[in-house]
Amino acid sequence: MNKRTILSLGAAFLSLFTINSHADYALNLKTPATEIASQIYDLHMLILWVCVAIFIVVFGLMFYSIVKHRKSVGHKAAQFHEHHWLEIIWTIIPVVILVVMAYPATKTILAMKDTAAADMSIKITGYQWKWGYDYLDQNVKFISTLSTPQDQIHNKEEKGENYLLEVDNPMVVPVGQKVRLLITAADVIHAWWIPEFGVKQDAIPGFMKEAWIRVEKPGTYRGQCAELCGKEHGYMPIVVEAMEQADYDAWVVAQQDASAAASAGADKEWAQDDLITAGKAVYEKNCSVCHGATGAGIPPAFPAMTGSAVVTGPIETHLDMILNGKNIMPAWKAVLNDVDIAAVIAYERNALGNSTGDSIQPSAVKAAR
Amino acid sequence: MSQNTKNYYLPGASFWPLIASIALFLMAAGFSMSLNDMAIGTSILIAGGVVFAYLLFGWFADVVKESVSGFYNKQVDASFRWSMGWFIFSEVMFFASFFGALFYIRNVSLDWIEAGKVWPDFVAVWPTAGPAATEALVGMGPWGLPAINTVILLISGATLTYAHWGLMKDNRKQTIIGLLLTIALGVIFLYLQVHEYAEAAFTMAGSGIYGSTFYLLTGFHGLHVTMGTIMLAVILFRIMKGHFDSHNHFGFEAVAWYWHFVDVVWLLLFIFVYWL
Amino acid sequence: MSTTTATHHDDHGDHGHPTGIMRWVASTNHKDIGTLYLWFSFFMFLFAGAMALGIRAELFQPGLQFLEPEQFNRLTTLHGLIMIFGAIMPAFVGFANWMVPMMIGAPDMAFPRLNNMSFWLLIPAALLLIGSIFVPGGAIAGGWTMYPPLSIQQGMAMDMTIFAIHILGISSIVGSINIITTILNLRAPGMGLMKMPLFIWTWLITAFLLIASMPILAGAITMMLTDRHFGTSFFDAAGGGDPVLFQHVFWFFGHPEVYIMILPAFGIVSTIIPAFARKPLFGYASMVYATSAIALLSFVVWAHHMFTTGMPVAGQLFFMYSTMLISIPTGVKVFNWIATMWRGSMTFETPMLFSIAFVFLFTLGGFSGLVLAILPVDIQLQDTYYVVAHFHYVLFSGAAMSIMAGVYYWLPKWTGHMYDETLGKWHFWLTTIAFNITFFPMHFTGLAGMPRRVPDYALQFAEFNMISSLGAFALGISQLLFLYVVIKCIRGGEKAAANPWEGAEGLEWTVPSPAPFHTFETPPTVK
Ligand code: HEA
Ligand code: HEA
Ligand code: HEC
Ligand code: CUA
Ligand SMILES: [Cu+2]
Repeated sequence: MNKRTILSLGAAFLSLFTINSHADYALNLKTPATEIASQIYDLHMLILWVCVAIFIVVFGLMFYSIVKHRKSVGHKAAQFHEHHWLEIIWTIIPVVILVVMAYPATKTILAMKDTAAADMSIKITGYQWKWGYDYLDQNVKFISTLSTPQDQIHNKEEKGENYLLEVDNPMVVPVGQKVRLLITAADVIHAWWIPEFGVKQDAIPGFMKEAWIRVEKPGTYRGQCAELCGKEHGYMPIVVEAMEQADYDAWVVAQQDASAAASAGADKEWAQDDLITAGKAVYEKNCSVCHGATGAGIPPAFPAMTGSAVVTGPIETHLDMILNGKNIMPAWKAVLNDVDIAAVIAYERNALGNSTGDSIQPSAVKAAR
Repeated sequence: MSQNTKNYYLPGASFWPLIASIALFLMAAGFSMSLNDMAIGTSILIAGGVVFAYLLFGWFADVVKESVSGFYNKQVDASFRWSMGWFIFSEVMFFASFFGALFYIRNVSLDWIEAGKVWPDFVAVWPTAGPAATEALVGMGPWGLPAINTVILLISGATLTYAHWGLMKDNRKQTIIGLLLTIALGVIFLYLQVHEYAEAAFTMAGSGIYGSTFYLLTGFHGLHVTMGTIMLAVILFRIMKGHFDSHNHFGFEAVAWYWHFVDVVWLLLFIFVYWL
Repeated sequence: MSTTTATHHDDHGDHGHPTGIMRWVASTNHKDIGTLYLWFSFFMFLFAGAMALGIRAELFQPGLQFLEPEQFNRLTTLHGLIMIFGAIMPAFVGFANWMVPMMIGAPDMAFPRLNNMSFWLLIPAALLLIGSIFVPGGAIAGGWTMYPPLSIQQGMAMDMTIFAIHILGISSIVGSINIITTILNLRAPGMGLMKMPLFIWTWLITAFLLIASMPILAGAITMMLTDRHFGTSFFDAAGGGDPVLFQHVFWFFGHPEVYIMILPAFGIVSTIIPAFARKPLFGYASMVYATSAIALLSFVVWAHHMFTTGMPVAGQLFFMYSTMLISIPTGVKVFNWIATMWRGSMTFETPMLFSIAFVFLFTLGGFSGLVLAILPVDIQLQDTYYVVAHFHYVLFSGAAMSIMAGVYYWLPKWTGHMYDETLGKWHFWLTTIAFNITFFPMHFTGLAGMPRRVPDYALQFAEFNMISSLGAFALGISQLLFLYVVIKCIRGGEKAAANPWEGAEGLEWTVPSPAPFHTFETPPTVK
C-alpha cells in the first residue's frame, strides 16, 4: 500500500464521523482576540497541565498499587494506618499549588474589572430573543437577530457555514479602542458572550453591568447568549465586526443616515397597502417567534393573533399593547420605530386571517408614545 | 400492633404516613389549580386541609396514647429532645432565607439599581416601593403597636416559664394559670397584628420590596405564633387531663422551646423590619 | 401491647408484621422503608435517564429533529430535577435506612413512623412533578435552577414544581432529623463517636447539611410563589427587588446540596475500599475532619455559580479562593483512599471495581471543578458543556456509581443471595466505558464554546455531540443490565454467608444474611 491509499483510506474512515464538510471541531478555547482572553487562555493551560501532572502522580501510584498489591499475585496486606507527617505533607503541597494558581487568576480578575478610561461606550440590551445595541455617544441604535433561515434549522436546506452564529445587524467596534460595554436586559436574564474576547456578562433586567473589550485584530467574532432565557435561547447569537477606525467611522455615518431616513418616513402619509406590505416583514422578524408565522400563536402561553380580541378590537388598545407590552409580551416602543409599529398593526389587522380594514398612520404612533 | 424490644419502643404498622402524603398531595394540587384559575382547585385544597386536620388529630392521639401508656423510656425522651432541637434549627434556617433576602436587598441591590441608571431618578432610601413606584412609601415605625407586641411576647415568655415552674413542682394550678395567660397573650398579639395589617398604609401586592419583605417576614412569624398558640392550647388540655408530671413532660417543654424560638424571631423582626 | 417481651424468637413473622401490600404502605421497619426508597430512586433514575436519552437524541445532529425548543428545555429541566431530587438523594436515604441502624447496632430508626412518612411524601412530589408535564403549558422549562424572571413566566407547572419541592423539603428535613437522632442517640453501648463507621459519619454530616440547606430552598421558592401570584417583588427590579437575589438564595442551598449528593458516596467508598484491600482505612480521623471541613466550607462558596452575574471584585475574589480551598479536604480523602489500597491485598469484585472507578473519575470531575473555580476561566466556561461534563463526572461517576458500588456490596446482606459476579463485572465495564464516551467529549465542546441548554448547535460541535449521543444510548442500555442483575439476585442465587466478603468489617456482617426483621433487639456491645 502506498502512502496515497493509506491517506485516502484514512480520510474515508474519518469522513464516517463528519456529517458536514463545514464542521471542523476544536479541542480547546478559541484563539484569543483581546489581552484578557489571552490571559484566560494561558491561565487555563497552566491549570490544565498542573492538574494533569497531579493526576499522573496520584493515579500512577494507584495503578501501581493495583497491579502489585493484589491478592492474586500473593501480596499480603500490611496493616499500617495513620501517618501524621504524610498527612501533613499531602495537605501542605496542595495549598502551595493552589496559591500558584490563585496569583495569576487574581491579576486577571483585577484587569477584567477595570472599566475605567474607556474610549467609547455601547449599551447592550438582551430581549427575548434578540440583542439591542445602543452606541451612546454616536446616537446609533439597532436590533440584531438571528439570520439563519428556518429551513436550515428544520433540515429542509443544507446548513450554511455559520449556522446559528449569524445575525442581520452585527455589532461593530473599532480595533485598538477600549470599548466599555453596559449590559442589561428588558425581560429575563440573558448573557452576552464572545469567547474570543473573554467576556461573558449576564444581562440582568433592571441592572446595568459593565465589561470592556479592546479588540486587537479586525475580523468577525461570533458568540451566543449564554443564559437560558426561554424557548429561543439557542437562537440568539452575537456577532461583532471589528474594523479599522476609518471603516468604523464610515459605518457610523451610514447608520446615522439610515435612521434619519427612517424617521423622515414617520412624517409622511402612508397608503394602507404599503403599510401592510412593510408590516409583514416586521411581523416575521419580531413577532412570529411567539405568535407564529400564521398568527396561530402557541396557546396558552402565547395568544393567537388570528381573531384576537385585541387585534380585532379598538385600534388604541392594539397600539397600546404593542407600545407598552403586558407580562411576557415585550414593550416595543424602545425597539421599533413609528413606521414599523404602524406597519405591523396594519398587517395584523388585515392579514393573518383578520380583516378589520383599518390602520393607523406612523404620525399617530409618534403622538401616542 | 407494636413490638417492644427489650430496650426500645418500636411502633407498629401505621397508616398515618400514607394519609399525610394524600393530604399534602390534595393540598398542593388544589392550590396549584386555584392559583391558575381552575374552579375545582379550591374544593380540592379544602378537602386536603380536612384530611390534614384529621391526620394531625389521629397521629397525635396515637402519640399521646403511647406516651400516657408509658412506652417512652429515657432513651425515647432523649430522641424527642434531639429531634425537636433540630426541627427548630430547620425553622431558624427558613427564617434566615427571608432575613438574608432583606439584608441583601437593602445593602446591595438597591444601591445597584440606583447606580444602574435604568431608572435615572431613583434614589435608594429605605423604605422603598421600588423605582417604578409612583408615590413615596410610608413604612411601619417601631414605636406603636410593634413595641406593644414586643412587650406582649416578652411577657408571654415569662408566663410560660412560670407555668413550667409550676409543672416541675407538680403544682397543676400554677401551670394552668401560666398557660392560660400565655395563650391569652398569644391571641392578643395575633389580634394586634391583624389590626396592624388592616391599618397599614401599604399592602403586600404592589408595594414593592418593602411590602414584600414586611408581609412575608411578619406573616410567616404570625403563622408560627398561630401554630404555637394552638400547640399551647393542646398542652393546656393535656395538663387538665393530667398527662404530665414533674418528671415526664417533654411535650410541654417542646412547645415551650418552640414558643421561645418564635419570641426570638420576633425580636429580630422588631429590630430589622420595624426599627432599623 | 405494653408487655415487655424479653425473649424473641426468630419466627416472629406471625405477630405484628403486616404482610402483602400493607407491609409496604404502613411499614415502620427501616429495612422495608429502605427498600422502598431504593426502588423508587431506581425508577426515577430510569425515568430521568430516559429523558436524558431524549436530550441526546435531539443533539445527535445539528438542526431540530424530534423536539421543539420548548420541549427540549422541559426535558433538560425535568431530567435535572428528577435525577437530583428523585434518583440520587432518595437512593442515599435508602442506604441510610438500611445501613444506619445495622451499623450502629440499633433496633430501627429513632422514629419509624416519621421514617415511613419521609418516604411516602416522595410519591405526591413525584406525582406533581411528572403530572406537570400534562397541564396546560407543559412542564417547566427554566432549568433545574429555576432562575427568575424566566420562572415567573412559566405556567401552572411552575406552581406544581414549587409545591413538589416544598414536599420534598419536608421529606428531607424529617428524614434527616430522624437520621441524626438515630445516630446521636441509638448507638450500641461502647460505640463512641470516633468509633462509628465512616459511612455513619458522612451521613451525620449530610443530614446536618440537609437540615441547614433545605429550608433555605423552601424560602427561595416561597418568594418565587408570592412573586408569581401575590404581587410581591423580591425578584423584580422595578419593585426594588433583584433577580440575582434568587440566585444567591438558591445557591446557598444549591452548593451544600451538591455535597449532600457526594458525602454519602465518600462514606460508601470508604467502607468498600478497606474491605477489598483487606487493610484498615488509612486515616480514619483525618477522613472525619476532612468531611466536616468540606461541609463547613460548602456554606461559603455558593457564588461560584454566579461569577458571570458581575459581582464586585471583593466578592469574586472571596468566592474564588474559598472554592479553591475545598480541593484540600477533598484531596485528603483521595489520598487516603489510595493509601488504603497501598500494600493491601486487593481483590476486584464488582463493588471494588466501582469504587476504584469512583476515585479515579470523581477526581477527574473534581479537577474540572477546580478549573471552573478559577474565575477568569469560568467566565469562558460558565453555562457551557464544560460545566455539564464537570457535574456529570461528579454526579454520575461520583454519586451514581458509588450507589452502584454500595448496592453490589450490600446486596448479599439485603437479599441473602450472592449476585451474579460475571454480569456485575459486565455492568461495570459497560457503564464505565459508555460513561466516558458520553461525557468526556463534552469537555471539548464546552471549551470550544457550546452553550448548555440549547436544542441545536453550530456545525463545529457536530462530531463530539454525535459521539456523546452514541455513548449515552450505550450507557442507558447498560443500566437495564443492572436492573436484571438486581432482580436475579433477589429471586435467587448462591446463599450468602453472614459475611460474604473476606475483609469486610462492621456490625452489619455479624448478623445472618438476609438480615432479620429487627436486626438488634438487644444492642450489641462494641469494644
Ligand atoms: C456531587 C456534586 C458536585 C461536586 C462534588 C462538585 C465539586 C466541585 N465543584 Fe461543582 N458543580 C456541580 C456538582 C458538584 N460539584 C453541579 C451539579 C454544578 C452545576 C450546577 C448547574 O449550574 O446546573 C456544578 C458547577 C460548578 C461550578 C460553576 C460552574 C458554572 O456554572 O460556571 C463551579 C465553579 O467553581 C464548580 C466547582 C467545583 C469544585 C471546585 C468542586 C470541588 O469540590 C472538587 C474538589 C476535588 C478535587 C480538586 C479533586 C481531588 C483533589 C486532589 C487529588 C488534591 C490535589 C489537587 C489540587 C491541589 C488541585 N462546580
Ligand atoms: C444527578 C445526576 C444525573 C445523572 C445520573 C445524569 C445522567 C445523564 N445525563 Fe444529566 N443532568 C443532570 C444530572 C444528572 N444527569 C443535571 C442536574 C443537569 C442540568 C439540568 C439543567 O440544565 O437544568 C443535567 C443535564 C444534562 C444534559 C445537558 C442538557 C442541556 O444543557 O440542555 C445532558 C446532555 O447530554 C445530560 C445527559 C445525561 C445522560 C446521557 C445521562 C445518562 O447517565 C443517563 C443514562 C440513561 C439511563 C439511566 C436510562 C435508562 C433507561 C432506558 C434505557 C429506558 C428504559 C425506560 C424506562 C423503563 C422508563 N444531562
Ligand atoms: C416574547 C414573546 C413575544 C413576542 C416576541 C411578541 N409577543 Fe405579542 N404577546 C406575547 C404574550 C405572552 C402575549 C399575552 C400577554 C398577556 O395577555 O399576558 C402577547 C399579546 C399580544 C397581543 C394581544 C393579544 C391578545 O389577544 O391578548 C398583541 C396584539 C400582540 N401580542 C402583538 C405582538 C406584536 C405586533 C409583536 C411584534 C412586534 C409581538 N406581539 C411580539 C408574547 C410576545
Ligand atoms: Cu438570551 Cu439565552
Ligand atoms: Cu457549587
